[in-house]
Amino acid sequence: MKKVDAIIKPFKLDEVKESLSAIGIQGITVTEVKGFGRQKGHTELYRGAEYVVDFLPKVKLEIIVKDDLVASVVAAIEKSAKTGRIGDGKIFVQSIDEVVRIRTSERGDQAI
Amino acid sequence: MRMTWQSSMNPLRTAGWLAVAGVLVFGDNAWAEDAASTLDSGDTAWILVSSAVVLLMTPALALFYAGMARSKNVLGTMMHSFFLMGLISVQWAVIGYTMAFGSDIGSFVGGLDFAFLAGVGGEPNPDLSETIPHSAFMAFQMMFAIITTALISGGFAERMRFSAFVIFSFLWATLVYAPVCHWVWGGGWIGNMGALDFAGGTVVHINSGVAALACAIVIGPRLGYPKEPMVPHNLTLTVLGAGLLWFGWFGFNAGSALASDGAAANAFVATHLAAATATLTWCLAEYVARGKASVLGAASGAVAGLVAITPGAGFVGPMSAIVIGAVVGPLCYYAVGLKQSLGYDDSLDAFGVHGVGGTWGALATGIFASAAVGGTDGLLYGNPGQMWPQIVSIVATASYSFAMTFVLLKIVDAVVGLRVADQDEITGLDLSQHGEVGYNL
Repeated sequence: MKKVDAIIKPFKLDEVKESLSAIGIQGITVTEVKGFGRQKGHTELYRGAEYVVDFLPKVKLEIIVKDDLVASVVAAIEKSAKTGRIGDGKIFVQSIDEVVRIRTSERGDQAI
Repeated sequence: MRMTWQSSMNPLRTAGWLAVAGVLVFGDNAWAEDAASTLDSGDTAWILVSSAVVLLMTPALALFYAGMARSKNVLGTMMHSFFLMGLISVQWAVIGYTMAFGSDIGSFVGGLDFAFLAGVGGEPNPDLSETIPHSAFMAFQMMFAIITTALISGGFAERMRFSAFVIFSFLWATLVYAPVCHWVWGGGWIGNMGALDFAGGTVVHINSGVAALACAIVIGPRLGYPKEPMVPHNLTLTVLGAGLLWFGWFGFNAGSALASDGAAANAFVATHLAAATATLTWCLAEYVARGKASVLGAASGAVAGLVAITPGAGFVGPMSAIVIGAVVGPLCYYAVGLKQSLGYDDSLDAFGVHGVGGTWGALATGIFASAAVGGTDGLLYGNPGQMWPQIVSIVATASYSFAMTFVLLKIVDAVVGLRVADQDEITGLDLSQHGEVGYNL
């Protein structure tokens, strides 16, 4: 079992969600985050006082995936989150030791 | 004979009847008995309405300031205005009014004739105004005392201990506002010198603006200033506040005519045109300097224009008001930038807008006053001598305000401590001073 974390541009969320749904992914956790990589922030101006805001709003998706689906999930996210411009984001894949469905106590692949 | 009102002016007529009712309640039936009373229902109605509208400026100021503060201090900042609606009202009734408008002592302060509002009833006081009840005059002036004291909070925003704020505000209103008010309007030396201040360029704006500067210097900058970004958390509140301030200023300036007449109408128009022009020119200054006109700039420009026209509203013509507003936009825009180079944290630009704007307004009154409007000519109309009392009034008010504010701050610091503890400042005033959170979203 793997956990796929994806940091994407917020306006791409719907597109990514649709493309994941199309390959059978049924659960995602989404958090609003802020961050920066190589994309610069913006400048705000209040009564002549300039503030450089480094952090940009992003959206983070966390998805637990069976091993055989990881490659297609990563590909789906890559394709649907891409704009070709700086700041598109990153995808991280980690191994997961255990998954439990609270309602039924199912464990492992069945709990995903 | 006063002009008759057209029947279409219903709200004023209703207010007029309410004023009559109020007079009958306040006065010990002196109005009903005294057939030769000089009370004018139009004047009285207008002053009562103006008083209410000027009071609205204080919660408007709460919004204006709070929107520019950080969200953890939104309630604390509003409290700095709202609480004074309570504190200064009572202070004014008990001691402030009499110190401002009581019988003159040495051209410096008023006596205790009206302490606890003794003798302040439905009858007019001919020394102050023949056509409105003394009570109405006192109430109108009360609203000025409240907002002047509230304006100072821009200089100590986000870091003042609440108990210190309460004690300081009471002392300031009593020992700084009341005497200066007396000097200019209560029969004291500045008024006697012939200085022109229609609605409070010195009494309100220079007074509070300079006091704010003293506060910023004595209390010191906010933790993290200037490196840490301290971005306005909700400019929608600020813009709403600015709009309500503009509205209220009609009572502030046009009401200062103390009559419902041509002078009030002139003041109304001058007030509005100065605000309008300054909105444009502040935005223009921003556009030239930074490439973008901002909403905060437009709101600040409007307020700066209103500040600048305050001393001259009843003395200058409408085109002069446009010029006054045109100048103050860029002037205050650059003035608020000064704090970065001079290193003081006037957090909400009380000095930059009110101190500087009020100073320009007082000078501009001396320049543009026209006898055709308000009975006295200024520099441009062949009376350069008017500049002298204007300059003296500016310097005297600023010096006294700065010095006394400094002393009062030091005293309050010794008694309770001016600043909140560092950890409380980081947590925010809302939680640390008031046990509340502004936004539970």
